[in-house]
Amino acid sequence: MNIGKDKGLEYGPATRDAFGKALAEAGRRKPSLVVLDGDVANSTRTEYFAKEFPDRFFNIGIAESNLVGIAAGLAASGKEVVAASFAAFLMCNAFDQLRMSIAFPRVNVKFVGSHHGINIGQDGPSQMGIEDMALASALPGFTVLCPADAPSTTKATMAMLDHEGPVYMRVGRPKFPIVYRDDCSFEIGKANTLRHGDDVTIIACGLMVAFSLLAADQLAEEGIDAAVLDMHTVKPLDEEAVEAAARSTGAILTAEEHLLTGGLGAAVAQAVCKTSPAPVISVGLDDTYAASGDPEHLLDRYNLTPPHIAQAARKAISMKHTAELPK
Amino acid sequence: MNRPEHAQLQQRSPEQLQQLSLEMSKRIIEITTRAGSGHPSSSLSAIDILACLYLRPIMRYDPHYPDWTDRDRFIMSKGHAAPALYVTMAHAGFFSPDILPTLRELDSPLEGHPNMRALPGLESSTGSLGQGLSIAIGHALAAKIDNAPYAVYVMLGDGEVQEGQIWEGVMFAAGRKLDNITAIIDHNQFQQTNAVKNVMPTLYPLAPKWRQFGWHVAEIDGHDIPAILRTFEELAAVRDKPKMIVAHTLKGKGLSSFEEDTQSRKHGKPLEEDEIAAAISELQRQYEYETAQ
Repeated sequence: MNIGKDKGLEYGPATRDAFGKALAEAGRRKPSLVVLDGDVANSTRTEYFAKEFPDRFFNIGIAESNLVGIAAGLAASGKEVVAASFAAFLMCNAFDQLRMSIAFPRVNVKFVGSHHGINIGQDGPSQMGIEDMALASALPGFTVLCPADAPSTTKATMAMLDHEGPVYMRVGRPKFPIVYRDDCSFEIGKANTLRHGDDVTIIACGLMVAFSLLAADQLAEEGIDAAVLDMHTVKPLDEEAVEAAARSTGAILTAEEHLLTGGLGAAVAQAVCKTSPAPVISVGLDDTYAASGDPEHLLDRYNLTPPHIAQAARKAISMKHTAELPK
Repeated sequence: MNRPEHAQLQQRSPEQLQQLSLEMSKRIIEITTRAGSGHPSSSLSAIDILACLYLRPIMRYDPHYPDWTDRDRFIMSKGHAAPALYVTMAHAGFFSPDILPTLRELDSPLEGHPNMRALPGLESSTGSLGQGLSIAIGHALAAKIDNAPYAVYVMLGDGEVQEGQIWEGVMFAAGRKLDNITAIIDHNQFQQTNAVKNVMPTLYPLAPKWRQFGWHVAEIDGHDIPAILRTFEELAAVRDKPKMIVAHTLKGKGLSSFEEDTQSRKHGKPLEEDEIAAAISELQRQYEYETAQ
């Protein structure tokens, strides 16, 4: 994937790599950390942990329901548990186990789904996690994370492990552009403002954060001043940041590699409606599965590139309320 | 948590257990009828096994310290048998029997299906079938990692084992030689709409399937208390294999009102208020007949 390279985007490691390394690092500090795999450790990168801590790593086999149930039992007997598989298989195959064995009894297990979104490309829609955030968000008490790049995924992994309660985090397969070059603060439930602006706020997660920054550059050339928020925590949503953005810029654009139903865009729209009505335009998959093909062409076909984001931002601005909002 | 002092639980004889089982069966009938819903027939098939586990007791636990780290765990995977588990736990001292009549009432810890966050001593929240074996495996795996002495028991329904997740767990537990797990199938022959043999005839015979997957299997009469006790004791000595007890039981055991329903043994249906007195005396007669043998 080379999107935006010509415009200065610098690609770093895949977020799954950052997760895998952070997990192995956590294993050194946390003797009670146990990692479960659904026979995809070399894809999710839990293999790094497995190599260092073979006694605390279990390949449950191709059996996601069992994976989630075993995680529940281990956690109930005092283990810190991370269970990882592909986003699609973990969330979709084992949804009732996540509901009944984890969410309902509020069991403290961390779930990581890799290969989210359509950026995985040629493997096609069967392998793409595009419903995962909607499903995870539907579970009461779940925290849902979608970090933007490798450095923030490292921080997200640590924050997730220190969090009490069930968490779902999605990580990606290909190299992601670097968003956080220097320092990166990662506080669950707290959006990171990456760029200030007065005309529109782009609220993004995952790969779309870097693309949104590039879109903002493009808009700036036209004299449009776009703010960009990294909404790495989709649930619980930073409603304060959303409200402030809606009030200060009067137009919101969301961007995510996920279905528009039940994802970031839906959550943001709900928050905006509650407190500070403003037009919300959402970029994402609109009630469709993607095709199979190379990632760049797929992202282009489904309107998930920086120019598409810029175009949607212009539309959001054009829909702004003309009348003054009641304070 | 650690148990500050290990209070020795009272050991009971098979005769005492049989009498307790009678008392508990009566309570199951009373509280489900009072609640107006619940699963008395699916509870009665399980009650003798529960009596042995909790009241002999086969299991090591302390009702005053339900979070004791090294306690044995019991997972009721067929969560609809909650009334049997509640009645047994009350007799075991986890909570006052006075609470039993609140079964299924709003804010009662005795929810329609077990909620581990509502009642101390419950090890799992179940009711969506197929999930308890995996949870039990998680506990057993934790014990193996920590070299901890506790055992894990899980009760499954014979309809429940149609769930695919069960077989995921069956494969895994044997592959990992989890000899600290004992699963019990409450093989009462009926599920919600029909007999198991009509819904899923290929489930029969059960025992060879589990053996083929590497489990140590015992097959017993699930109402023969001396046999249940003997089997648990024998299985405790088996190493390197998870253990399964196929317990042949009667859904609605001891009550003609349930047994007359040849379709499903009145799955999920309590008795009417005016049937209670006759049912209680029928249970009593049944007990007297069995103990006179």
